Amino acid sequence: MSSKTSIVLTGVGGHGVITAANILGKATVNADVNVYVSEVHGMAQRGGSVICTVRMGDVSSPLVASGTADAIISTEPIEALRYIRYASKNTKVITDVNPVIPFTVAVGGEEYPNLEEVFKEINSRAKLYKIDALKIAEDSGAIITKNIVMLGALAAVDVLPFKSDILFETILDNVPTKYGKINEKAFKGGIDAIKSI
Amino acid sequence: MDIIDEKPEKTILLLGNEAITRGALEAGIDVATAYPGTPSSEIADAFSAIAKYLKKKGEKPSFYFEYSINEKVALEVAAAASFSGLRALTCMKHVGLNVASDAFMTYLYVGCRGGHIIITADDPYCHSSQNEQDNRYFALFGSAPMLEPTTPQEAKEMARLGFEISEELHSPILLRTTTRLNHARGAVNLKKLKKSRGKGHFEKSPMLVTTPAVARARHPELLKMMERAEKISEKSPFNEIVAIGKTSKIGIVTSGVSFNYVKEAVEDLRVDAKILKLGMTNPLPRKMCGKLIKACEQIIIVEELEPFLENQFKAMAYDMESSVKIFGKSTGHFSRLYEYNPDIVTDALSKILKVKNPISKPIDYKIKLPSRPPTLCPGCPHRATYFAVKKVAPKETIYPTDIGCYTLGKAPPLEMADLLLCMGSNAGTACGLAVSTDQKIISFMGDSTFFHSGIPPIIDAVHHKRDVVITVLDNRTTAMTGHQPHPGTDFDGMGNPAKKILVEEVVKGCGVEHIEVTNPSDIKGTAEAFKRALDFKGPAVVVSKAPCILLENRAKRKAGKKIPTYTIDQEKCKQCNICIGKFGCPAFYYGENGTVHIDEQQCNGCGDCVQICPFDAISEKEEK
Ligand code: SF4
Ligand code: SF4
Repeated sequence: MSSKTSIVLTGVGGHGVITAANILGKATVNADVNVYVSEVHGMAQRGGSVICTVRMGDVSSPLVASGTADAIISTEPIEALRYIRYASKNTKVITDVNPVIPFTVAVGGEEYPNLEEVFKEINSRAKLYKIDALKIAEDSGAIITKNIVMLGALAAVDVLPFKSDILFETILDNVPTKYGKINEKAFKGGIDAIKSI
Repeated sequence: MDIIDEKPEKTILLLGNEAITRGALEAGIDVATAYPGTPSSEIADAFSAIAKYLKKKGEKPSFYFEYSINEKVALEVAAAASFSGLRALTCMKHVGLNVASDAFMTYLYVGCRGGHIIITADDPYCHSSQNEQDNRYFALFGSAPMLEPTTPQEAKEMARLGFEISEELHSPILLRTTTRLNHARGAVNLKKLKKSRGKGHFEKSPMLVTTPAVARARHPELLKMMERAEKISEKSPFNEIVAIGKTSKIGIVTSGVSFNYVKEAVEDLRVDAKILKLGMTNPLPRKMCGKLIKACEQIIIVEELEPFLENQFKAMAYDMESSVKIFGKSTGHFSRLYEYNPDIVTDALSKILKVKNPISKPIDYKIKLPSRPPTLCPGCPHRATYFAVKKVAPKETIYPTDIGCYTLGKAPPLEMADLLLCMGSNAGTACGLAVSTDQKIISFMGDSTFFHSGIPPIIDAVHHKRDVVITVLDNRTTAMTGHQPHPGTDFDGMGNPAKKILVEEVVKGCGVEHIEVTNPSDIKGTAEAFKRALDFKGPAVVVSKAPCILLENRAKRKAGKKIPTYTIDQEKCKQCNICIGKFGCPAFYYGENGTVHIDEQQCNGCGDCVQICPFDAISEKEEK
């Protein structure tokens, strides 16, 4: 494994992308690995397209260079494609399959592309993993755990420089105790979803 | 709470902004003030959260913190604390320093007593701003010592040690950050928290009253202070040479977040270089820079935005009669626009140094993706106000707007933003448009903006009898920057009860004769209020009051109340398109064959759309 790991987290404002990046960063500190996280705040959070990056190991920059991400996890399919420039053939792209239609489609006359074509294009440029994170989150007890499902999926694709237990424990440390069970289900659900592909 | 962890030498993950707050606590901060603004807000929010947390535990915070009415007042409050011998901190976004600059420029003449750090958070690329001005020029302009951190760890150390520099120089100092530092999270090594000083004492001195004679006496002192500051800069641990590889005649000068990209790029390009990492960028350590100029054949300057370092290096090289070749913006290798990133820096360095760039050019995706810009939240009360205005305003009406969530009303279908300069500009430009045109004018500002700088132009409108309608969108919070309190809320930044000031009462005191107070969730009533305001000859103010839906729903969740969702009866819906095409709540979407639906995941349950549907097709969904 190289001494640098770069993870890109994308999605739609309100999906908990920043929280997921923060938890991933904390887990990396807990694993005693150097980490640098970049987030978006402010205007971009009002339902816009969101990107965060987490870099681990021997890194100085919180931002990722094109074609150098080890994994991209996205809570929405077209947002995975929007940031595909960070991917190379070896990059693992994990995305939720459920589209969130931007308002520019309804009122701006823009078009939401055919999902199969989106997946085809991602797959032609990287290694694609599709999961129904929304359903897993719902089954776990709360749709807001979709970001935790994504972290579970990330833990299952073998890119993190530490054991998935550390990530799991960090999640539990960062959610209210009464929601521990729900988050556990969501995290495990994410892992299982990748394993069953 | 991590940020006030008492265990020294522990390493925790902190946001750059939180790291600054932590650094101030390790220096025994006494008084912190701020006006919120992205990307600076979390510095202030961290103080506020700590104060509330301690209060809950029954402990008294060691510092005083306030969200001030605007940046100028924030700076004045903190400066007075410093004059009383206390350690003070003020934070704001870059354009905030424009507001505070009147105080700032003369404050530097007077100098300070207790250490005072002024944080300017710049926003290259305008992620959340109306311009990308480079505030390093404020340091040159006013003669302020300046620090620029590279990482959250360094930001914390600069905040901690900055107070000592400030006290040694008897001058406030600037801590200049950019978005990628403010909103980057990194591992931060903690030191002990320090006790604050408690109450200070103001010592009178004629030199604190800046009459012309005093100003003339202070100006040479200011220049002398900068000479002493240069000595500190020469010895500062924040200015250092980072040598990569073998000794080299290539020098790279950089500061702030650019250093991060430079370091990785030099490693990736496998070149040998001496990187001069500047953490104290005003005044520059001229001896240290001179040494680099002498030792190098070429020097590359990597800095975002303006050629601040580049021009100074050129001047130094000229004075030294050096023939060193300086690369940067003037040679066309680097841009004065936007943010840098690893791609940009690696590419430019590879071209200058004539080595192969290992980063492959990104290939664009072939499918056209719809854009996803930020938008007013589903259920945002501003949408209802805008919808009501559009029902009664003539077609040619001009809508000057202001800084806040409501700027997002610019997007279709509302298109309710025509002119914007800065905080408070809605009402000032409304007055000017009334002078210059015969068009109707309805301007918009938020409640926090009203208090910040919206009141003087209203008085101007009254005094000159301008025929304008000025709207205050009163949602009881500073929503865009993260829901901070302001003078219109009944609590303050420390979580203490505070005197709540009503917009309509202030406006009445300003002499406005026609005031409408309306609740936008009554769309018909709000439209009528605007109609009356438009018919009034002279300045009218409409206060459109309803809490930000995010705050309201947060309160509901806390109280265990359910948040309703709404649904469309497909039998009744005639697909008239009003809800999407005119109202534009983002929770609406088209299904198959043009059917219209509400996305339950997105609906915030405001119920406003029930009133706008002419066919009564929208209603609250039964259970959930
Ligand atoms: S109730 Fe209607 S207007 Fe309000 S958030 Fe839901 S869909 Fe949007
Ligand atoms: S945060 Fe509040 S004020 Fe801002 S767009 Fe959302 S609902 Fe409106």
